Amino acid sequence: MRIFKLLAVAAATVGLVASAHAAGGAKHAHAPEEGWTFEGPFGYFEQGQLQRGYKVYRNVCAACHSMDLLNFRNLGQKGGPFYDPEYPNPNDNPVVKQLAADAAEVDIINQEDGSETTRTRLPSDPFPNPFANPAQGRFVNNGALPPDLSVITKARHGGASYIYSLLVGYPSEKDMATKYPLLTVPVGQYYNPYFPGDVTPNWSGDPRHRHDDGDHGKEMLPSGGMLAMAPPLLEGILEYDDGTEATVEQMAIDVSAFLAWAGEPKMETRKRLGFAVMLYLLALTLLVYWSYKAIWRDVEH
Amino acid sequence: MSGPSTYEPKTGFEKWLDTRLPLIRFAKDTAIDFPTPKNLNYWWTFGGILALCLIIQIVTGIVLAMHYVANTELAFASVERIMRDVDYGWLIRYIHANGASMFFLAVYIHMFRGLYYGSYKAPREVLWILGVVIYLLMMGTAFLGYVLPWGQMSYHGASVITSLIGAIPLVGDTIKTFLQGGPAIGDPTLNRFFSLHYLLPFVIFGIVVLHVWALHVPGNNNPTGVSVKDVKKDTVPFHPYYTVKDGFAILVFLMIFAYFVFYTPNALGHTDNYIEANPLQTPAHIVPEWYLLPFYAILRAITFDIGPISAKLGGVIAMFGAIAILFVLPWLDTSKVRSMRYRPLAKQFFILFVVCGLGLGFAGANNPDDHVFPFREDKLIVSYTDENGDAAQSKLYSDFHEAEHFMDELPEGAAPSLVVSKAGFKWLWAAQLMGLYYFAYFLVILPVIGIIERPKPRPASIADSVLGHKKSASGGTPIPGAASASPARDDA
Repeated sequence: MRIFKLLAVAAATVGLVASAHAAGGAKHAHAPEEGWTFEGPFGYFEQGQLQRGYKVYRNVCAACHSMDLLNFRNLGQKGGPFYDPEYPNPNDNPVVKQLAADAAEVDIINQEDGSETTRTRLPSDPFPNPFANPAQGRFVNNGALPPDLSVITKARHGGASYIYSLLVGYPSEKDMATKYPLLTVPVGQYYNPYFPGDVTPNWSGDPRHRHDDGDHGKEMLPSGGMLAMAPPLLEGILEYDDGTEATVEQMAIDVSAFLAWAGEPKMETRKRLGFAVMLYLLALTLLVYWSYKAIWRDVEH
Repeated sequence: MSGPSTYEPKTGFEKWLDTRLPLIRFAKDTAIDFPTPKNLNYWWTFGGILALCLIIQIVTGIVLAMHYVANTELAFASVERIMRDVDYGWLIRYIHANGASMFFLAVYIHMFRGLYYGSYKAPREVLWILGVVIYLLMMGTAFLGYVLPWGQMSYHGASVITSLIGAIPLVGDTIKTFLQGGPAIGDPTLNRFFSLHYLLPFVIFGIVVLHVWALHVPGNNNPTGVSVKDVKKDTVPFHPYYTVKDGFAILVFLMIFAYFVFYTPNALGHTDNYIEANPLQTPAHIVPEWYLLPFYAILRAITFDIGPISAKLGGVIAMFGAIAILFVLPWLDTSKVRSMRYRPLAKQFFILFVVCGLGLGFAGANNPDDHVFPFREDKLIVSYTDENGDAAQSKLYSDFHEAEHFMDELPEGAAPSLVVSKAGFKWLWAAQLMGLYYFAYFLVILPVIGIIERPKPRPASIADSVLGHKKSASGGTPIPGAASASPARDDA
């Protein structure tokens, strides 16, 4: 058995060496101070937060970002932002109906005469896409197509923490002047230390990576990159229905939580079932282990 | 190995069936009474675990195929639809996706076990070769399956691998076109990959049947490598002794499996594969799934032409050679002693081999030009043309202000540029060294050690080794007694 202990130590060493050099080009994403409710084995989505997050998405993000994989009915599904136990079928949920009706109408062809017309959006309809096609999306946004947000938290390292860090991570004008004085930001672009990229071409200082933002550090190349999205969240851009103060920080937290739910709407069910499965497996494992001990009791091996 | 059949049909139906299709006799002889060495340790439980993995993959895969749409426009959304709208679709898909990783985890342990205990040696060569065939088919199946969700890594991974095939001289381009179903990756590619991904698991299943058959002829190897001498003293019937032991190990394995499925289902995948495939946008780093990384590292380690062989073809040859070499392993290892327990020298080289295998995995995950560790602090290089307009000159600085000052002093037209100069040990070199060791282990070390090594004395029989083990465990004396009584000799 000693050989396998040796192997384990060797493997751990290799792992340590490798992980020490896994640092990327962007600042490490971090969760908000109070953390996320949906992390850990008993994580859950807080419904009020999801509702606020939906409002931020609908009023701010949806202007440019599609969520093609979501239908309005998803909002009223179990675990969703507007789930109401009174309406087990989300298509009957009046809040969801209203949210769908509030969104852009659906283009349809009149089956009688073939003319183009529109109808009210229903809970069974998908979220409207702000653009007719990717080419239009690119044209309207300076050549950069805003990514679909349906599974964005699964498509980025750091998940919800990345979205949150990016949203609150745009440096203020003062920070730009003090921390990144040697950075030239091109027109139509914005610098964000959490955005994966490389700002070497825009940097007139020392092209070696910085380790801190202090006096010496500010001459060194900062991490992060340039993106085409202006800081989207501004103080006073919307008011929450539940009286929560809509600070930039609060909106960023809420919309990140909403996107985490949208990307993984079955997360609560998954973790709940997982706990039961684990308990069952543990009990069965113990039983089988004792059977093993009993059966092998009289065999020398 | 299974002795004369002890099955006696009792009921009328059993007697009737036994003279027509002796199914019950077969099951009893091979799965119930089958004599199994009594000293098998937990490393021997992975065969059963692998059988379960295959069944899980096939069952979940069949259900997924009922909902999946093999169309480049719809595939990505159809996978997410399974996760959202199919009852327990998230569970089935996450079991299938993580199941692939679990399958490979188990198969690697199974293979390292075979390597350490010499399970590939006579009379088990065919058993080993069939295992390597299964492993090869598994890699093919896994690669095909990874393409199906049509994410960024799916598309660009497929593009890297099919372009490799194109490097084969003469027939490469034809095979590539045949694989892709056209000049580029698209709908025809996805459809045939889906078709083959459904087919191959059943081919694997067929070969697993042969693998198990080939196991039942000589019987199990065991940690001492000493063959069974006396069925009564050395073995126990498979049931209940090993059904219960394998059952326990399978359950522990399932708990690890369940942890990934329920609590961190995407940890083993790449985030880029949740971005729909876009042929026009290549990801920053294209990497395969973790279980293929060591071979990816070997592929990329060949960065130099070897005579008429281009670096690209050389990489392809090295990658496939790394697997092909396993087929002839039984004839490369010259030692008559099976278990490395009694091969002090070989054991050390084996440990290094495992470390290199893992290290190659890390090398495959990292950019070849990145550094494992730096040699010195990063410096700055100022490049410029001198007064006569001659070729570029360069000057090395560690202080930025000095470099800046120097650049300011330069005359106009010197066109100075400033870049970072890094020096360190590249992952590429690490991959080359470890890749070299990988091949040396099979081609040089195993053949030579078998001749020069003096193996330790082995127990006369499995029963003896078990007794010796017991004594040393209770008495606390170093393993003497039964073990040292037998002279070094052929394990058979």
